[in-house]
Amino acid sequence: MNPKPKIAVHKFASCDGCQLAFLNAGEKFLELAQLVEIVHFVEAGMVAPDRPVDIAFIEGSISTPEHLDHIRAIRGHSRFLVTIGACATAGGIQALRNLADADEWIAGVYAQPRYIRSLATSTPVSHHVKVDFELWGCPVNTPQVMAAIRQLLFGVMPVDEHDKVCMDCKRSQTVCVMVTQGVPCMGPVTRTGCGAICPRFGRDCYACYGPAENANSLALGRRFEGLGLMPDAVARRFLFINNAAPVFAEAGRRWSGADD
Amino acid sequence: MDTILGPECMNSNEKIQGWMPRERFDELFGALSALGYTCYGPQVRDHAIVYARITSSGELPRGVTDAQQPGSYRLTHSEGGRWFDWANGPQALKPLLFAPRESLWRVARDAQGRLSFTPAAERPAKIALIGARACDLAALRLQDQHFLEGAYVDEAYAARRRNLLVVAVNCTRPASTCFCVSTGDGPRAASGFDIALTELDDGFVAEAGSPVGGEILGTLVFDAASRVQVKDADEAIAQGAQQQVRSLPSRNLRDVLFDNLDHPRWDDVAARCLSCGNCTSVCPTCFCHRETEEPQLDGTASGHLREWDSCFTQGHSYIHGLTVRAATRERYRQWLTHKLGSWHDQYGRSGCVGCGRCIAWCPVGIDIAEEATALHGGGK
Repeated sequence: MNPKPKIAVHKFASCDGCQLAFLNAGEKFLELAQLVEIVHFVEAGMVAPDRPVDIAFIEGSISTPEHLDHIRAIRGHSRFLVTIGACATAGGIQALRNLADADEWIAGVYAQPRYIRSLATSTPVSHHVKVDFELWGCPVNTPQVMAAIRQLLFGVMPVDEHDKVCMDCKRSQTVCVMVTQGVPCMGPVTRTGCGAICPRFGRDCYACYGPAENANSLALGRRFEGLGLMPDAVARRFLFINNAAPVFAEAGRRWSGADD
Repeated sequence: MDTILGPECMNSNEKIQGWMPRERFDELFGALSALGYTCYGPQVRDHAIVYARITSSGELPRGVTDAQQPGSYRLTHSEGGRWFDWANGPQALKPLLFAPRESLWRVARDAQGRLSFTPAAERPAKIALIGARACDLAALRLQDQHFLEGAYVDEAYAARRRNLLVVAVNCTRPASTCFCVSTGDGPRAASGFDIALTELDDGFVAEAGSPVGGEILGTLVFDAASRVQVKDADEAIAQGAQQQVRSLPSRNLRDVLFDNLDHPRWDDVAARCLSCGNCTSVCPTCFCHRETEEPQLDGTASGHLREWDSCFTQGHSYIHGLTVRAATRERYRQWLTHKLGSWHDQYGRSGCVGCGRCIAWCPVGIDIAEEATALHGGGK
């Protein structure tokens, strides 16, 4: 019998929330441990960052000089590299510093800024090494991660769930919050994967799963203006969790006046 | 000359219409549940009128109406306290029959690697839907045609369809987005119902549309509606028809659309369209779906899931290695040329029943009637 496939879960600049998709999975996490050997996952107690693995899951963005070397090393000994979450996939909310003066922000936050060694930008893993598959979300959820692992274990690339949140709203017969309440819902440009959780609770989607395929952020931004949002408020809808995802960044620049 | 309504009314040439006083409406719930039906009816939920389980008239949207515009739906107060004084909400009958998401079968692999397949053995409940409008009955007819009358009958749809009883309520208050007069599908429910009601201030004019509908009305022993009541009901429906402000330029736009596949209007609408699929999801006739697998984590079993898809998704036109309609222009054009064009070849009529949902529930308010008119005006 073949040895069990090996997996690792690595952390970069992130809040650790995506790792909870594994840790909070309950029995599913134990079931996963029967199917694969978890060789590196610091939060779960396994520390072996340099061992070769079949699947490396990467949480967090590339934010420090050390990250640059670390991600290349991981790529070098991982068969498949899968990003989990908005930080690893799009640079995360911390990529907002890419639009600002990073040094000024550090000086504003830390009492002793000279001890902080950060890059001027926070960037997605795919800017530095080849990424085989991206799982979006802030955070990713257990069914999403387990489905991707299952498909990789079958020997196929996971299905990329990139439809708009609206499709899941309608499939769950959730009443549209934008049409009934006039709130600036990001669902029409955001990829599904969350099960439309915010609209199901009556609030507007804030795009934590990143851009859907074929997202028309300019048309949605114009609609937000029609709903009464000032340009700066439109910009902030796009410049949030996934602000560095190109289609959101473009809309953000347009409404924040950075394009003028 | 009071007449008791019964199954015999189906045999008469002239439909006999009964009078259901408002205070006796709840007897309808009793009669339906005595026949084993679970009732679904209109209720206010999440800022809209939706169909949900209902057991008494107290749960109906009393004194509630709606204001609909492209991209906007708001509930407001209606004078008079009627129960059906509203135009369509986001749902039609579609979700009750063509389930938004359902398991079709499961497959399991045993220790020897043998596969066994098990169909999803759903035993659908008997459902009585109260409040269906004429446009939605026209759409139901089209969905029946699609799911039941082709070479392959859809078993899941058929099982639910057999168990559905429809109590239509004629529409006397269309929204600004409605145009069923223009498509010829309303506002009077002409067929496809078991019972049809028309609401007046103090009660309902009722008629049977099927033997079982006649039986139910028969057990309730209503008096015949008076000539004045019938006239008031007819006038209310006619007024509803006159209130409609939208229309399609023609009931058959097939040739116009296919002669204008390169019309600049397609680019114009594509710049506004979010390709989010809301229009097709709320459309009561759209039937596209996708099928996906849901394997168990250990890989020994998998569910085969069917869920609503849309010609506005990338996957809809994906064939091995190629997305046929990658851009919104092609996706919108596919929707409109199919809905208003090639449906005539497939189903003998347009796929639009004038319910206006795609207009109200489009987040950016794209108006199918306006788009069709623009394309029509630019016809060769």
